[in-house]
Amino acid sequence: MSAVRDWPLWEVFIRSQHGVAHKHVGSLHAASAEAALCAARDVYTRRHEGVSIWVVPSAAITASSPGEREPLFEPANNKVYRHPGFFQVPPEVKNL
Amino acid sequence: MSVAFLAQFCTTIRKPPQAVPAVPAVPAVPAVPCYHGLMESASAASDAAFQARIEAGVKIEPKDAMPEAYRKTLIRQISQHAHSEIVGQLPEGNWISRAPTLQRKAILLAKVQDEAGHGLYLYCAAETLGVSRDQLIAELLSGKAKYSSIFNYPTLTWADIGAIGWLVDGAAIMNQIPLCRCSYGPYARAMVRICKEESFHQRQGFDILLALSRGSAAQKAMAQDALNRWWWPSLMMFGPPDEQSAHSAQSMAWKIKLISNDGLRQKFVDQTVPQAEYLGLRVPDPALKWNPERGHYDIGPIAWEEFNAVIRGQGPCNHERLAARRQAHEDGAWVREAALAYAAKHQKQDAVA
Repeated sequence: MSAVRDWPLWEVFIRSQHGVAHKHVGSLHAASAEAALCAARDVYTRRHEGVSIWVVPSAAITASSPGEREPLFEPANNKVYRHPGFFQVPPEVKNL
Repeated sequence: MSVAFLAQFCTTIRKPPQAVPAVPAVPAVPAVPCYHGLMESASAASDAAFQARIEAGVKIEPKDAMPEAYRKTLIRQISQHAHSEIVGQLPEGNWISRAPTLQRKAILLAKVQDEAGHGLYLYCAAETLGVSRDQLIAELLSGKAKYSSIFNYPTLTWADIGAIGWLVDGAAIMNQIPLCRCSYGPYARAMVRICKEESFHQRQGFDILLALSRGSAAQKAMAQDALNRWWWPSLMMFGPPDEQSAHSAQSMAWKIKLISNDGLRQKFVDQTVPQAEYLGLRVPDPALKWNPERGHYDIGPIAWEEFNAVIRGQGPCNHERLAARRQAHEDGAWVREAALAYAAKHQKQDAVA
């Protein structure tokens, strides 16, 4: 068995149709960005799942940590006025 | 109005806004610089909190705290599943060059390519638990890791390709559909993709047997022979009877197993027997009988000693399957090395330019 090190890991993002954003679909190992793109085509778009592919080195992604969930996302919870439904609109007022 | 969806717009925020003194002082854990980072280890005290999360239906994601036993069990389960997809290519690969028509050949090629893809989705899901691809492959090649014992049976005729699609993939689908709802996010998402594709596999298998069973007497006999050989091993795919299943209770509590072995097996029998009748083939079980009181088919005893022997490595093709994988891995070593060297060379050239 060879002792070659693992090919680097890439995250794969696919635009499923024109007009929508790329969405994370999974990951794969490949030696280079070009090879990752080819592999992503074979692994993740065998059934017309996409019109465009991004591959990003997994190591280049900075992710928030589960422990930070509260400080990051809790503040949004007490600012319900950011949603239009917070405000009472008098029924006589139209187009608001 | 629910504001939960706001969270998805906030994933790029690095620091909480300043004006939130009310937030309890949770020690800020530095972000792990990789999506696939090792997760925080869970203390025994937090196991109860973990279980509560699972019961609330919250998906566990790669960097979430999780009990070590959950992580290890999942690595074993997902990697066995991945190995099964990879080794599962071998019995069918045997017939690609001998498919009866060009169309059947193209379909079988696409099917076997799907199996490779399924293996890759699953290896990636396993890697999010902090194990490397190299480790996983090494465990398969050394014989330490298991794969589905069904792939240790030979594919003697073209009808076997039909039986594998119809029965083996059919049984796999039955196993996998509940797993789309399992507690570990990356595994559940991989299963969703896989299940979508498996249904093609099952239908192409049934289609092969349908053609044979409507063909000459010799073709029909070939289809019957394939059913005779694949029926019982397919029922064994669901694993030992519930009362003997070693890991079931804990796995069900963790929601990485959602329906019992016997429950899935019964469901498989109930849906497959009428399909066999449609094909005009006889299920090789003299005890098979519809039980109107239960509303299910009763089946005869399963030869578990055969199942255990195949798992121990005494099946007809255990040696051949692993030898083929090892050979492929060794033959591919220069390709893996060359691709890395080529990528490194181009990186250097790009840096100079």
